[in-house]
Amino acid sequence: MYTQAMDIPDESGKKLAVVAGQSEQEAAFEARIDADGRIEPQDWMPDAYRKTLVRQISQHAHSEVVGMLPEGNWISRAPSLKRKAILIAKVQDEGGHGLYLYSAAETLGTSRDEMIDGLLSGRAKYSSIFNYPTLNWADVGVIGWLVDGAAIMNQIPLCRCSYGPYSRAMIRVCKEESFHQRQGYEALLVMMKGTEAQREMVQDAVNRYWWKCLAMFGPPDADSAHSAQGMRWGIKRISNDDLRQKFIDATVPQAKVLGVTLPDPDLKWNEARGHYDYGQIDWQEFWNTVEGNGPCNKERLATRVKAHKDGQWVRDAAMAHARKQQERAQKEAA
Amino acid sequence: MSKAPVEYLLHLADNAVVLGQRDAEWCGHGPILEEDLALANVSLDLIGQARLLYQLAAARMGNGATEDALAYFRDDKDFLNYTLVELPNHGALVGYAAADRDYATTIVRNFLYSALMVLVWDALQKSPDSDLAAIAAKSLKEARYHLHHAADWLVKFGDGTEESHARAQAALDHLFRYTEEFWTPSAVEDAAIASGAAVDVRTLRAAWDAIVADTLAEATLKRPEVRGYIPEGKHGRHSEHLSYLLGEMQGLARAHPGATW
Ligand SMILES: [Fe+2]
Ligand SMILES: [Fe+2]
Repeated sequence: MYTQAMDIPDESGKKLAVVAGQSEQEAAFEARIDADGRIEPQDWMPDAYRKTLVRQISQHAHSEVVGMLPEGNWISRAPSLKRKAILIAKVQDEGGHGLYLYSAAETLGTSRDEMIDGLLSGRAKYSSIFNYPTLNWADVGVIGWLVDGAAIMNQIPLCRCSYGPYSRAMIRVCKEESFHQRQGYEALLVMMKGTEAQREMVQDAVNRYWWKCLAMFGPPDADSAHSAQGMRWGIKRISNDDLRQKFIDATVPQAKVLGVTLPDPDLKWNEARGHYDYGQIDWQEFWNTVEGNGPCNKERLATRVKAHKDGQWVRDAAMAHARKQQERAQKEAA
Repeated sequence: MSKAPVEYLLHLADNAVVLGQRDAEWCGHGPILEEDLALANVSLDLIGQARLLYQLAAARMGNGATEDALAYFRDDKDFLNYTLVELPNHGALVGYAAADRDYATTIVRNFLYSALMVLVWDALQKSPDSDLAAIAAKSLKEARYHLHHAADWLVKFGDGTEESHARAQAALDHLFRYTEEFWTPSAVEDAAIASGAAVDVRTLRAAWDAIVADTLAEATLKRPEVRGYIPEGKHGRHSEHLSYLLGEMQGLARAHPGATW
């Protein structure tokens, strides 16, 4: 799953200089973009395009990897073996998404180590949705339904993104995210048909996650820093507010079928607009969390840092063994 | 047609579910992302094996038994798994102590266990109990992959850095004694052998020793000497660690008896 974060600048995104005056290469690039063609790794591209993509794809990859933690929190306690297996497979898929995305970003000339260093040092962002705690078992189903659901809304347009490797990764990722969403929703349906305590768990999880999911689409269009350039380059195709509205319109009927209440008294159908109206998102809280001061930011990042640090000797061993093997092979050949 | 006794199926299933639970502890915490995925695969295979075995046991028990009732509503003294698989993913400590996960411990444990299970499943795929034979045939393919994965890393550790060599040797020194439990049949195994549907583990010892000797030689690691206490997890007498593991695994399910998930 993923991220609101394309619009959230981090350190590397602060100084994107666009060089004035158009070269022949630049004209070819622009023409390709205008024709809705794909840019491939070996093609010339402007520096700012490359940097924006590395930032966006690596943020997305980090989100997949950090996103393993909140759901991973329930693997050991899953209440049936079937649900345990589904959850392990889901968290594993998210790790797999991280891998494809790191590979896609590496085609732009930035190594996975550099990207991971960005995450662990706190320079790079990841989706803020993963900075909230998973407090009951229904959180797992709600994350599948709403968080993977919001991720799909965000990512479907990226399947047509101008950068070939990213668009191809998104096609594969989106298929799996849709599967996660259906599985999450199905788990909730079963719980809603179960005991009173199970229904309370689902409602509690929806109450905690609904507004956070709406914020995943990023700040309102009026306040969004990078959208215009992103649209021009075909790496952002639909605005934050339009995606958010699409998500709400799709989700309200699903909530009805499920039998949960979405925690927004202002949520109602607007016949004239042909959309649901909704209440005010707490952007202050959103920015607090994006800036590192949400409920679990410290825990999430510290956990990634610890796994990386504790794993150093394992990675060193693999390198040392590979080197020794190579030396032995060279000796034999000599 | 001879059928394996239910308790024997539970012994096999309990091994798989308990080790599946331990291996899944790495999900999100692996030394490199590829290993998070690899350990999740191993864990998924083991939980899949446990499910098939519990389902078969439940079908034979009747009386409304289910896979989840067997996994979630039996107490630690009823679990018939090897002590080896319930130990934490770190070195020797009392049940209520805590320590960092150690990948060498995990890899050595998976190696010692899967080296046995490739032999057990290979024998059981020829069992006259055709339901068990089918599960064994599927599990054999998985166990081969688990053995390959663990042996590969064990060699990397042994032949890697000074630190990785020392960690792998320490994990072997800690865990090796727990394999002694493999070789003395329990009453459950005796009954299963008598049924004609099970394998006598004593007959697998030489082949297991050979797998271990080969890999340890390649890894330049030493097989530890063991003597004294022989663990008895498969008799239902466990280490201090199993009740913590089951407390965590079973807690939510037991808080909602009768609920469907
Ligand atoms: Fe994902
Ligand atoms: Fe997902």
